[in-house]
Amino acid sequence: MEIKTKVDASGLSCPLPILKASQAVKTVASGELVEVIATDPGSVKDFDAWAKSTGHTLVESDAADGKFRFVLRRK
Amino acid sequence: MDETISIVLFSGTDDKLAAAAVLAAGGAALGRPVKIFLQFWGLNAFRADGIMADHGLAPEAGEAGRAAVDAAAKAGQATWIETLRMAKELGEVDIQACSASMDLLKLKQADLDPMVDGVEGVAAFYINAGEGQIIFI
Repeated sequence: MEIKTKVDASGLSCPLPILKASQAVKTVASGELVEVIATDPGSVKDFDAWAKSTGHTLVESDAADGKFRFVLRRK
Repeated sequence: MDETISIVLFSGTDDKLAAAAVLAAGGAALGRPVKIFLQFWGLNAFRADGIMADHGLAPEAGEAGRAAVDAAAKAGQATWIETLRMAKELGEVDIQACSASMDLLKLKQADLDPMVDGVEGVAAFYINAGEGQIIFI
């Protein structure tokens, strides 16, 4: 499924990656996908917790070259 | 998981204001209602004529702490004011001034930054906090 919106939170520290991601998720329709790129290592556990708490889905979570990539689906 | 998170913000140095802003923003991102109760120097930092000022750091920061905070600002990390504004745009973040501290500092709500939503007493704060966590900074 296509990514509807991308958020580049590279270089930003906590809580900006989840804050900017939450703002982006609000702009898409239910079921649509948002991709987030972050460099904050804390964001891995944060996005996991964020999905558990908000009910949105963390579809993908991977890391490469010091960057973390998350794909979120709005509930 | 929608319990209210209540933050009592007593301290008025930039590092503690930033810590409170981070906790508030994280709560807002999780969809939790967040209440911030401003007392003493935390309230003083929200004066419209002084919110942008340098509020200094807690004494334990020292020179190395000062340098670390300056480097983060230079790298474009959000200020506590920007973080709080984003949190308010995103979620339900309600900022209330403690009425006793308003009296102490001879302030009226018009003297405060528009981010402050109102003035209340400690009883109202506790009732609004309900069964949720209360954090003191």
